Amino acid sequence: MSKLIIEPSPHIRSAVTTQKIMLTVIIALLPALVASVVIFGLRALIMTVVCCACCVLFEWLTRKIMKRENTVGDLSAIVTGMLLSFNLPVTLPLYMAVIGCFVAIVIVKQFFGGLGKNFANPAITARIVLMLSFTSYMTSWAEPFYYNKGAEALTSSTPLAGGEAGLLDMFLGNTGGCLGETCALALIIGGIFLVITKVISPATPLCFIGTVFLLSLVSTGDITQATAAILSGGLMLGAIFMATDYATTPLTLPGKLIFGIGCGLITMLIRSFGTMPEGVSYSILLMNILTPIIDRFTVPKAFGAADKKRRVQDDK
Amino acid sequence: MSYMKEFTKGIIKENPNMVMLLGMCPTLAVTTMAVNGLGMGLSTTFVLVCSNVVISLIKKLIPSAVRLPCYIVVIAGFVTFVSLMLQAFIPALYSSLGMFLSLITVNCIILGRAEMFASKNKVLPSALDGLGMGLGFTLTLVLVGSIREIFGAGQWFGITVMPEVLEPMTLFILPAGGFFVLGAVIAIVNRIMKKKPREISCQNCPNAGNCYSGGCMQNQENGGNE
Repeated sequence: MSKLIIEPSPHIRSAVTTQKIMLTVIIALLPALVASVVIFGLRALIMTVVCCACCVLFEWLTRKIMKRENTVGDLSAIVTGMLLSFNLPVTLPLYMAVIGCFVAIVIVKQFFGGLGKNFANPAITARIVLMLSFTSYMTSWAEPFYYNKGAEALTSSTPLAGGEAGLLDMFLGNTGGCLGETCALALIIGGIFLVITKVISPATPLCFIGTVFLLSLVSTGDITQATAAILSGGLMLGAIFMATDYATTPLTLPGKLIFGIGCGLITMLIRSFGTMPEGVSYSILLMNILTPIIDRFTVPKAFGAADKKRRVQDDK
Repeated sequence: MSYMKEFTKGIIKENPNMVMLLGMCPTLAVTTMAVNGLGMGLSTTFVLVCSNVVISLIKKLIPSAVRLPCYIVVIAGFVTFVSLMLQAFIPALYSSLGMFLSLITVNCIILGRAEMFASKNKVLPSALDGLGMGLGFTLTLVLVGSIREIFGAGQWFGITVMPEVLEPMTLFILPAGGFFVLGAVIAIVNRIMKKKPREISCQNCPNAGNCYSGGCMQNQENGGNE
């Protein structure tokens, strides 16, 4: 006869684990990785591998030194490494990328308690730290297929910083920029894969990209320029892979909508009025900081619970 | 012996910056270079010693209702003296410290030491206390300034120390870097001093009087129930 076991909730367990989610995200990032290797050559692959390896190493070391359980197996360090490398220009010296990995894993993630307890997206914060520290290196973008053209074609500007590019070129990634951000097609394929596998909700990316599109349509009145605005810079990469991070974005649907619109608004404000060419990373970081407040204002009503006013009266 | 203690407590054990977290504004603002930190620290030390001595001398004359304005007047007098002297003799330092020199007047370390120590103690302990606290403050400023200057500009007191192949990280010079470095320094000092995070037990709990659960209830029962 089997014994009756009494244990506290939760009683329903899902088969989804952190490891599976992270593996899905890595698979979704692969098209962008392939695109970046095609566009920027072998050094893009080297950069990505170095970033992933360093992130895993730093994660293992910090957990070891802090005497906490080893969390390398959940693959989140690899996702952070890939996202960080996608945010770097291909010509960046590798030791700077390693500094970025240190900031992302040790300072942003492990100092706050590890995965799920970090308040800001590690890859975004590392990118901003590198951007502020090594501005000239971080803003010298290699021209696509520069490895075929020789050394004189080393730097170009992104469409955001005044470069010229056709819409199709921008969609396929044939422009200057960071590793993973140029090819919108590959990023969208990855995003659709994530939505189909139910790893991310489409709410945040759609709101984010939609807000940028609408605002630039209103401000320029030209649909070509508005399309260019959503294809340029790190918008696709940020909206699909970074504004949907579980630990640092709101939990509920209204919260996600507010998050996406806020990101789009801040991005457009920085792009139009700021001195910096790109605002996606700052917008996501600022909204990360606002996430606890958004979560507090969008708490869903529990099933069968009394509304707040009555509860307050009952307490009295 | 106890005079020695008044002097040494400010350097590490009760360091005004790293332990009491006072005077954060100059600590973050002027420490982009080690030499600025040193200048700021020594200027503050001078003001701190002088104001502690004077306030300790006149503590019986000051009516307690208006003591804070009186302290500020004394401190502001010495700050004016220091800033005029710096302007005359070290104009480079004067211009790099800028406004923060006059803001020593409202540095809460000086006001704090006047209120907590000089107004209750004799002249000699007050002077030693001011000297210790000032040196502790200088130590922190030079430490934070050195870290920021070495990593942010590749130099230390103006001498290049980083190999040229390594690009210095401009972030350390920016305000954000100041917060990072100060936080890290405070964490390391707390770690060295083995200071544990404050535990909330029933004895220390501010709500203990109203709480009827767990340890408090037992205490109340032990303390004699009806």
